[in-house]
Amino acid sequence: MSDSTEVTKDMAEAQVQTPDPISKRMFLNVGPSHPAMHGVIQILVELDGEWIRKADIEIGYLHRAFEKHCESGTYTQCFPYTDRLNYVSPLINNFGFAAAVEKLMGLEVPERCNYIRVIMSEISRITDHLTCIGASAMELGAMSVFLYMMKAREYLYELVENVTGARLTISYGRIGGVKGDLPDEFEGQCRNALRKTREVLAEVDALLTKNRIFYDRMKGTGIMSKEDAISFGITGPFLRSTGVSYDVRKASPYFVYDRMNFEVPVGEVGDNMDRYLVRMEEMEQSIRIVEQALDTIPKGPTNVDPEGKVIPPDIMADLGKFGKTAGLLKNEVLIEPTLAGTQQKYHQLIRADSKQAWLPPKEKVYGSIEALMNHFKIVMMGHGIRPPKGEVYFCVEGGNGELGFYIVSDGSDRPWRVRCNAPCFRPMAALAGLLEGSQMADIIPTFGSVNMIAGELDR
Amino acid sequence: MEVMNQGGFESGFFTSKLDKMIGWVRKYSLFQYPFVTACCGMEYMAVASAHYDLDRFGAALPRFSPRQADVLLVVGTINQKIAPVLVNVYEQMTAPKWVVAFGVCTCTGGFYDDYATVRGIDHILPVDVYIPGCPPRPETVLNGLMMLQEKIQNSKQEI
Amino acid sequence: MAEQQLSKTLERIKGQFSDQIVDLHTSLGMDTVIVPKTIIFELVRFLRDDPDLKFNLLSDLTAVDYFKRNPRFEVVYHFYSLERNTRVRIKVPVAEPNPEVESITPLYKIANWLERECYDMVGIRFANHPDLRRILLYPEFKGHPLHKDYPVTRRQPLVGPQDSMA
Repeated sequence: MSDSTEVTKDMAEAQVQTPDPISKRMFLNVGPSHPAMHGVIQILVELDGEWIRKADIEIGYLHRAFEKHCESGTYTQCFPYTDRLNYVSPLINNFGFAAAVEKLMGLEVPERCNYIRVIMSEISRITDHLTCIGASAMELGAMSVFLYMMKAREYLYELVENVTGARLTISYGRIGGVKGDLPDEFEGQCRNALRKTREVLAEVDALLTKNRIFYDRMKGTGIMSKEDAISFGITGPFLRSTGVSYDVRKASPYFVYDRMNFEVPVGEVGDNMDRYLVRMEEMEQSIRIVEQALDTIPKGPTNVDPEGKVIPPDIMADLGKFGKTAGLLKNEVLIEPTLAGTQQKYHQLIRADSKQAWLPPKEKVYGSIEALMNHFKIVMMGHGIRPPKGEVYFCVEGGNGELGFYIVSDGSDRPWRVRCNAPCFRPMAALAGLLEGSQMADIIPTFGSVNMIAGELDR
Repeated sequence: MEVMNQGGFESGFFTSKLDKMIGWVRKYSLFQYPFVTACCGMEYMAVASAHYDLDRFGAALPRFSPRQADVLLVVGTINQKIAPVLVNVYEQMTAPKWVVAFGVCTCTGGFYDDYATVRGIDHILPVDVYIPGCPPRPETVLNGLMMLQEKIQNSKQEI
Repeated sequence: MAEQQLSKTLERIKGQFSDQIVDLHTSLGMDTVIVPKTIIFELVRFLRDDPDLKFNLLSDLTAVDYFKRNPRFEVVYHFYSLERNTRVRIKVPVAEPNPEVESITPLYKIANWLERECYDMVGIRFANHPDLRRILLYPEFKGHPLHKDYPVTRRQPLVGPQDSMA
């Protein structure tokens, strides 16, 4: 298919076409590889001294074909790709995608699983805001703040690693539930990590909020009006800093957010300082949500005393093959460490009760033929999770705003189309307008407060 | 060990000792250019921070100008659009320079086998150390850095 | 088939554009309207400006390639109303040779970039768009990747080995 590219407004070309030796305007290229460690973006500015007259943003330097890959694999194979969308808060993306497919299939997820999802999403949100504020503070010269934020983030990464097995790209969500239940010591570790995070946030607040230099650079720069923000479709902390109180967790509550008591911080002016304050307060609110969830989460598995002993899986499967199945399923199987949290006693707490979507617990797979066939049907190509034909749009509150998934299914085991509606796409579209009329040095705080995550922007 | 007859000096004793000394100096003061694109950037930030300290290796300070940097740390997926930029940055770096492929997307392309990614930066740049992982744990990165230091120590130094 | 109770949004849209709409229904809680591309600009302006509807946030603008069907493409718009906390989905079927739809950039500023992305990935042209060029891919790229007949591994490198094993 022939493609005619019409480059109607290319500023670099304009310079070549009208060379004016005594013009005061200078064309400068910021990026794509530049010290603002948010990712690869190119900002083309036309400067008049220090003042920016025109700006143009070039994106796409991390386009990794997320939507095309989702079409070529099954629904469960999409989870690793969703991790790498907003890679600072991967759990939110995972659960957003899982919830969208569950809505399409009409699956009900157990209550404990919803609590687990809320706890892990809020921890991800805290890591997102820590990284954003840490990186923007570092760019403005506050190196220590970056190191303190990273220290707090390490506490949370250790927590995430204990639950999911990985620090960053976790693939923890599944259609119909989560991969495994929380480990036994989770509550104590979580409260400890959150206490230490609160201490770090108090330190950072003391260092930055009333700091003369930080205040001068952030206050009054990057002001966005309410009407502009709505016309650009911006959501999340960016919109809330302009004064509009829109949070998906309050407007259309999902998981168990309707039972949580938390506030949505709203700014006044819509400048960089407001965005910084909104994010700091949101972290505090997220810690509140996690503490409430830990207080009210339904109890873990009841301690089932196995009648038989613990037996290794290969022996259990052999006994099943030779027909020695009398009382076999009352035994507990010695499960591999990477499958911890998926045993029979946790199973009904973390997975939806649906043969079409869940893998049966390992004890039943090794000991009975029905569960083995069920396992086969879910895992093999051509079978697997097959939502009915139709389409769904489901959004969650990501770190940057409304993260929406639009999924079109044709009834087979592969999605027909998966569309991810990235929240940081919108402030980036608005950034060119925000930068015009400001100074060169204002690019850094403004761009930092957008919290552009290239994985999400370019998909 | 090669034998070099340089105006009266016998064997390679002096030059090999000089190589070792310069190698020692260079390996303990690495200025990195972190070409950060994607998720591996988060692990890079973790390695550079207090918990997994990069400063104890002498490699703490990133230099965001290619002229001032020794090591080009390519962190994160490189796609076809940014590949010319990466090659440009590499060519602007002054010798001696080394390239570290950080993360499996830069080693072999990872699981992004699609129309937009470069399947490993060794198609476009000469790579010295490959650090696989998606993303690699900070301990893996430190191991890779130590391998790079060993390589620098044992290579022939051009002054 | 039983007569379904239409939601307030759908009633209002049906009242205004009754004879031009192709279909309206509510699936999985989302009001969906399928319209021909001739009335899309008027419909979107109505959605934004009508005091009973007030859909002031354009949540998403994308396109889907239904490969063997005619019309082949479908442009999908999602709108959200901040005051009424409701959503609506508008779908516009677009036929194959020279797929083109009117741009809604004058109504929503974000449509500029969203339509550029739609053009880049699926190849839908938007009439009266101020600056329709590729956004996620580079200008030398030929073809539109989200077409079902574009193989996922066909690379078009700018530097490096030029064969598809690169």
